[in-house]
Amino acid sequence: MTDGAWPATGSGHTPREVATHCPYCALQCGMTLREDDTGVTVLPRQFPTNRGGLCQKGWTAAELLDHPERLTTPLVRDPTSGELRPATWDTALDRVAAGVRAIQDSSGRDAVAVFGGGGLTNEKAYALGKFARIALRTRNIDYNGRFCMSSAAAAGMRAFGVDRGLPFPLADLGRADTLLLVGANPAETMPPLVRWLTEQRRGGGKLIVVDPRVTATARQADLHLQPLPGTDLAVANALLHIALTEGWVDQAYVAERTTGFDAVRRSVAAWWPARAEQLSGVPVADLEATARALGTGGRVIILTARGAEQHAKGVDTVSAYVNLALALGLPGRPGSGYGCLTGQGNGQGGREHGQKADQLPGYRKIDDPVAREHVAGVWGVPADELPGPGVPAYQLLDSLGTADGPRALLVFGSNPVVSAPRAARIEGRLRDLDLLVVADLLLSETAALADVVLPTAQWAEEDGTMTNLEGRVLRRRALRPPPPGVRTDLSILADLAARLGDAETAAARFPTDPATVFAELRRASAGGAADYAGITWDRIDAADGVHWPCPSEDGPDTPRLFADRFATPDGRARFHPVDHRPAAEEVCATYPLHFTTGRVLAQYQSGTQTRRVPALRRAAAEAFVELHPDLAARLGIDDGDPVRVTSRRGELRAPARLSTGIRPDTVFAPFHWPGVGRANSVTNDAVDPISGMPEFKICAVRVEKA
Amino acid sequence: MTARVVIVGNGMAGARLAAELHAREGDRKVTVLGAEPHRAYNRIMLSTLLAGRIDEPDVELTEAAGHGIDLRSGVAVTAVDRAAREVRTADGERIAYDHLVLATGARAVVPPLPGLDPADLPGRVVPFRTLDDCRRILTVARGARAAIVLGGGLLGLEAARGLATRGLATTVVHPTNHLMERQLDPAAGAVLAGTLAGLGVTIQLGVPATGVVADDTGVRLDLADGRSLRADLLVLSCGVRPDTALAQAAGLTVRRGVVVDDRLRTSDRSVSALGDCAEHDGTITGLVAPAWAQARVLADVLTGTDPLARYRPRPVVTRLKAAGIDLAAMGDAANGGPGEELTFTDPARGTYARLRIRDERLTGAILLGDNPAIGTVIQLFDRGHPVPADRRALLLGRTLGGAVAAPSASPALMPDAAVVCQCNTVTKGALVRCWRLGARTVDAVVAGTRAGTGCGGCRDAVGGIVDWLSEAESVEVTR
Repeated sequence: MTDGAWPATGSGHTPREVATHCPYCALQCGMTLREDDTGVTVLPRQFPTNRGGLCQKGWTAAELLDHPERLTTPLVRDPTSGELRPATWDTALDRVAAGVRAIQDSSGRDAVAVFGGGGLTNEKAYALGKFARIALRTRNIDYNGRFCMSSAAAAGMRAFGVDRGLPFPLADLGRADTLLLVGANPAETMPPLVRWLTEQRRGGGKLIVVDPRVTATARQADLHLQPLPGTDLAVANALLHIALTEGWVDQAYVAERTTGFDAVRRSVAAWWPARAEQLSGVPVADLEATARALGTGGRVIILTARGAEQHAKGVDTVSAYVNLALALGLPGRPGSGYGCLTGQGNGQGGREHGQKADQLPGYRKIDDPVAREHVAGVWGVPADELPGPGVPAYQLLDSLGTADGPRALLVFGSNPVVSAPRAARIEGRLRDLDLLVVADLLLSETAALADVVLPTAQWAEEDGTMTNLEGRVLRRRALRPPPPGVRTDLSILADLAARLGDAETAAARFPTDPATVFAELRRASAGGAADYAGITWDRIDAADGVHWPCPSEDGPDTPRLFADRFATPDGRARFHPVDHRPAAEEVCATYPLHFTTGRVLAQYQSGTQTRRVPALRRAAAEAFVELHPDLAARLGIDDGDPVRVTSRRGELRAPARLSTGIRPDTVFAPFHWPGVGRANSVTNDAVDPISGMPEFKICAVRVEKA
Repeated sequence: MTARVVIVGNGMAGARLAAELHAREGDRKVTVLGAEPHRAYNRIMLSTLLAGRIDEPDVELTEAAGHGIDLRSGVAVTAVDRAAREVRTADGERIAYDHLVLATGARAVVPPLPGLDPADLPGRVVPFRTLDDCRRILTVARGARAAIVLGGGLLGLEAARGLATRGLATTVVHPTNHLMERQLDPAAGAVLAGTLAGLGVTIQLGVPATGVVADDTGVRLDLADGRSLRADLLVLSCGVRPDTALAQAAGLTVRRGVVVDDRLRTSDRSVSALGDCAEHDGTITGLVAPAWAQARVLADVLTGTDPLARYRPRPVVTRLKAAGIDLAAMGDAANGGPGEELTFTDPARGTYARLRIRDERLTGAILLGDNPAIGTVIQLFDRGHPVPADRRALLLGRTLGGAVAAPSASPALMPDAAVVCQCNTVTKGALVRCWRLGARTVDAVVAGTRAGTGCGGCRDAVGGIVDWLSEAESVEVTR
């Protein structure tokens, strides 16, 4: 049909209407796609996450299916002109295979690296990890999820022994008496989620938001704490300090279900509220009101998101809030708990099945001999052939093309030229590669640098599964096949594997049918923390999704974790004492302002897709720099003036947008745009020592009229 | 760098220094000698302990342990032999050092009153300084009905508040005419006295005490105006005096405190001092924040992490926060002087604010009661950042400074370009156009524009616009 790349989906024909999910964020709103003579229409669908709601990104998602800029043929860089030229699939794939072979022959297997994405389906993420480990046999694979929720993942792992963004269904938010959102702005990043917040407040619940900006979410809060960026950890420790002095700690829970509280109690004794107030600017009275709402509420939920997590102390910051939740006895208590709002569409599933440098499918550790044995068995290779752990995303990207670093990179579903910190440096690293291969549906800024670009199918052209922010595995369904000239990621991996090794073995190891891949994923994940063994596509269809762990087809799934025990060896949650430390880069006379980054409603991630949708482009056309009118007045800047934001690493130029909703000592820019408006030209590449998360949320800058 | 470091004192300063050393790279042996027989604890929390809200373990602090740190509590140092570079303990042990740090803190002042022998205080008379003091107060307070606190400074008021919380009839006796006179102006002192009275604390101002008579059954405090007050417990909170005995005996330069330079070095380059016992640039701080800043500098210098680190005092913020009391005082606000002054007073609600501004910077502030901008004010003062153009933001907080344009109450006044539905970027103009094209219900307008289909938060606003259009259209028709 399309040069053999269109997999059999079991449906046997192109459906005219399918129930699927939005291609963008981790909320994975249910939507129906309908195709008729006029094109493809999106209709909202009742699903437990969005309950019929959609934001503008979802409504317009289908506009990319027949977009004029859509890639429909491979591109290969012409060695003489240096330009990307259309090529046949055979030419493009041969070029990739030859390049990979030559580089691996001369520089070793690890000289070829793979970079994945949190938007890939479970099947593709799984296949990509497998491809890296047994086709390329490189240890160097990681993905952009490092830039997303890796800090929360690490903190969750060390406290609970498992990392599932929300260990309870979203619906619990609607019933919480107190809901604390730390560095989360769902009103702009996942608008339909706000329906749950509205329900919560209509039911008399209290919403408290911690954010340095008066965001659309903060405006709805009963109480808004507006700390200096980089001080969320101190705020959490002060909240726990208050809970201790007021007697709100659940001593019975602490004794029965946790270990390590004494060390945390002593560490937060040093965080009396006035100390946190001076550091963060949050009044003691507001800290006390927050602690009271958390400590005396019945159903209490604490959620963190990127604002708390994207720091060089992101793991410790999340741990501080987990400590608070544990001390109050929340995790595992019905209607209560701690959770992380995962960002990318398959940010959850993408981190479970092997595209993370240190992981194998089922959220297994790649350095665990038992895990290696199990997964190698499923893959039909000896365990000692599996490579060891690689390095986290930023470290990997920063090593590209260097003396000891990889010389080739294969990118699937990511655009690090826009989304990586200190992006100009990473752009340079990508240029230093001998071979850059990018699989994408559009010519992203990263694809534009590639030697070979491979056009891939879109979400409405493929089947598979996604795991949303609740750990709910759900079905993505194809409306129609990819256009001629376009292949799926699974096909591309199979084609490459065939060229890199024995064709017959490759065909067996890299099936192109997602259902077949999912069946194998189930076996590979069986017995792991993220156990999908009992999940079938039919079961997902029958039940609005299935929550992992789900070890058996006839056993229950797990909408709520931790009711009886945590996933630690002794079943108890672990406290970890954590202390505030300054940002990796604090302000100084030359760079006197704090710079923080984030998102706007009408754009998604690096904007490769959403910047090409006319309605979204109209709503959010270009980058901007948000600053307080007092600061602007001192700098001689009027609303709309072009301004330059400069850090030690680079500069960003964009129009000023004045807002009293931001602290006068802080400026903000969204990161969705490339070129001069690229916020990540400015951001700091310091990373968290545990998670590898870069410090997107704070660095020191100077601002002037451009 | 320095191989053997001996720290005398395991209080807020000494324990912090041990932790700072512990956190830095390098091979060294650190011995911490604490005279008190306890783990390191947070002195700031003692008033909370006094109030009965927490138990003793809750005031414990993280102790640096292992990795070359030898922590010994209950060991009193009796002498320093600088020539031999060793300290002697009460047990006669000699401990050698390459570098010695004095973190001996301060002792509570016992006022020179008849009936008070500092070496042998009556059982019902207790200073308020250490954990042991706290224990003694609590022992006497059990079964007591009335308490007197002598001294209306910060600590005295915290103790009084704590005792009142326990249900004791508590009286504060203060010799000058207003409370906390070092930090507050008379007006603020008066508002604070009113606040305390409302919390059950009686205040006696402007009356020095003249003598104490105490026995097993009670204590009597005689006042200069001839009155006598009786109680079951007398808490002394008359200030502290740096504990310089060791330094003095060892021949180090001592004025009010052990004199140190910007590196926290005493007159002997092998001996440093920090915290309440140290006098830097003529100042003894008596507060935690400067002591911890000193600990950072000293650790940097001693370990060679940053040999050029120097202690630079920062302006001090005095903060009193107990149930029902919210007070912050900083800088020169009490004294007046050149520059702008902002004031706000609402004595009936116990709110008082006085701020001084010079060259667009805050030079001082007194905030008492409900001041929503208190966090901002403290940060602006601490960091020396410019103040808001609209000064009212300093008094009213972000309720003013953060005001965000709310959707206009009347749709008629809303500009066509106003975005009603943020999630789908639907303007009022788009809703009106949809209506003009024939949509006559909220559902029809929603279906036509997608307004309200994201977070759902604008459904009421969309409904309001549809209502307004219905009325406006009918008006037009009848006209």
